[in-house]
Amino acid sequence: MSSRDPFVRKPFWRRGPLRDRQLRIGFVFLLAVLIFALAGPSLAPHPYDALVGPPYGAPEGAAWLGYDYLGRDVWSRLLTGGRSILWMSIAASLIALAFGTLIGLFAGFAKGRVDQTVVWGTDVILAFPDLILVLLVVSMLGREPWLIVITVAIAFVPGVIRLARSVTLGIAGQEFVDAARMMGYSRRHILLVEIMPNVLTPLLVHLGVMLTWAIAMLSGLSFLGYGVAPPAADWGLMINENRAGLMIQPWTVLAPVALIAIFALGTNLVAEGAGRYNARIEER
Amino acid sequence: MATSMPTLAGPGAPPVALPEHDPKAANFCGLHDVPEEPARFALPGWLPWLGGRLIAGVATIFVISLIVFVATQALPSDPARVALGPEATEESVLTLQRQLGLDRPLPVQFAAWAGKAALGDFGTSLDSGVTAGSIVSDRLANSLALMALVLLIAVSFSFLLGVSLARRRDGRFDRVAMTTLILFKALPGFTIAIGLILLFSTTVFHLLPAVSLLDPERSPFAQPIYLILPAVTLVLTLLPFLTRLIRASMIETLEAEFITAARLRGIPDRRIIWRHAVPNALIPTIQGIAMSVRMLLGGALIVEVVFSYPGIGNALNAAIEMRDIPVIQAITLTTAAGVVLTNLLADLATVLVTPRLRTARNPRLRAGTRARLKLSAGGV
Repeated sequence: MSSRDPFVRKPFWRRGPLRDRQLRIGFVFLLAVLIFALAGPSLAPHPYDALVGPPYGAPEGAAWLGYDYLGRDVWSRLLTGGRSILWMSIAASLIALAFGTLIGLFAGFAKGRVDQTVVWGTDVILAFPDLILVLLVVSMLGREPWLIVITVAIAFVPGVIRLARSVTLGIAGQEFVDAARMMGYSRRHILLVEIMPNVLTPLLVHLGVMLTWAIAMLSGLSFLGYGVAPPAADWGLMINENRAGLMIQPWTVLAPVALIAIFALGTNLVAEGAGRYNARIEER
Repeated sequence: MATSMPTLAGPGAPPVALPEHDPKAANFCGLHDVPEEPARFALPGWLPWLGGRLIAGVATIFVISLIVFVATQALPSDPARVALGPEATEESVLTLQRQLGLDRPLPVQFAAWAGKAALGDFGTSLDSGVTAGSIVSDRLANSLALMALVLLIAVSFSFLLGVSLARRRDGRFDRVAMTTLILFKALPGFTIAIGLILLFSTTVFHLLPAVSLLDPERSPFAQPIYLILPAVTLVLTLLPFLTRLIRASMIETLEAEFITAARLRGIPDRRIIWRHAVPNALIPTIQGIAMSVRMLLGGALIVEVVFSYPGIGNALNAAIEMRDIPVIQAITLTTAAGVVLTNLLADLATVLVTPRLRTARNPRLRAGTRARLKLSAGGV
């Protein structure tokens, strides 16, 4: 009965945001993928680009997932292939968050013409389905990783702008902002010191949501063949390369698909749990 | 307590004779002294709003075409050289430059290109030699068939599911369904597609074709076996978004005061749900459908590539591989214009079905409606 004792401090996974079971599961998934992707390259038994077996060779011994279309070890490529999607999705979401927050804060605070123009501008970008906008730029400018990151960020910025703007509109009318104005603070001070901290919480929840989109988008891009250039190991690229051998050696495709799925699912569960936690705090 | 309140007729007061109600009387109780207004034809209040939206839509499409043009023709990388590849001779590059009009100044190029594009002329495909417009219209028909099918299934199914989940809110069925929906929301479309292929075509069962080899001579609906897997994949990617949207909106409506009022009046539950709550809960769904179209246009690209479905997404993928600039321009511009048009239609429908907006002088859709939807919508 000690676990029900109200005077005993609950363990950390029963307190705060981790009290949410879905968030806990998502966190475990996410942590597993992170460890796999970050520690993987040093654990790989073979170099990711070494030809060590027959093309589409069946699983055997150390190569327990078999060989890919060129005869490279699938397990080694799987261990090496997580880093690119990891850093690219995080970078794209962070860039979109930074720029979108600044523009949205400014638009929501300025109101009037400026605000309307900014909203219309987001409408223009939102008219392109995300993936098509990114494909349009990447296909023309080439597939440098940083270029893909920036383009994905551009596709995500309108959503951040809209969110930051609508939250700012609600906050800019409150008394403490008027008070700060009457105390003679500069616009920049009011915007960055008074308003921004209040906007940040919903935006951090949105960061998690963006991360899930970025994972879907970036893995989709490399699946289409516009992501990291071969012979690099990358989960999306592995699916693309080995698709023809789906009948003979399904593991070459299924393994990266499963990892992308776990990564996406973990991020999603954490993002949704964070949103629920935030809503619960705001209710209080 | 009644004595302290000023009353028209106290308990002991003699009854006041009220004039008989006669609606035809011109001066009932002296209240109707205002001269009757002559009935005049009034334009609906939302018409100027629609005009403004149309102008804004045209402006948006203009800027979109500018973006497409800049991305394909004006960027520092020479499109002619990109199209021909690294081994092209100087001469052939120059010829192609002239063919694409790249030797003229950029504003002139844009004006000529946009003028033709507005009339549906996107030039000739560099790869196949047919006009880019005809490629788009052929492929678009296939994509629209798939999208229409997917929207029909996804919207009707998520509608039934969303309403019944809202009624059983927080019950066991609701919790199981919501958890399953999160799973499908998280998975990128192409992982679902590959999972379905492994399950139904290659490894577990051998029931359905893994590749949609449509006969171009016949309508896609005449060859439903090729539509099943792509359609199921896309329905599964849309379902979480739409169901959660309808469920949330239904829950919000069921908590409104007019529903409580209807309950208090003793109206049967079934009638409250279907006649009072559902029509109100459906309004956000209109915007949700518009958002689904945008999601489909992006998500269908990958799914079409996975199943080799001969739609517009597959055509764009092929055109990008071949660096077929006129086709890339035609498809991206058509897609974006389609999204603008869908948004406009959805906004118009929202105004028309919402009495408060329909009768307003200046209907103003709640700012950020679409933004909030965007937040709940998935990525690719």
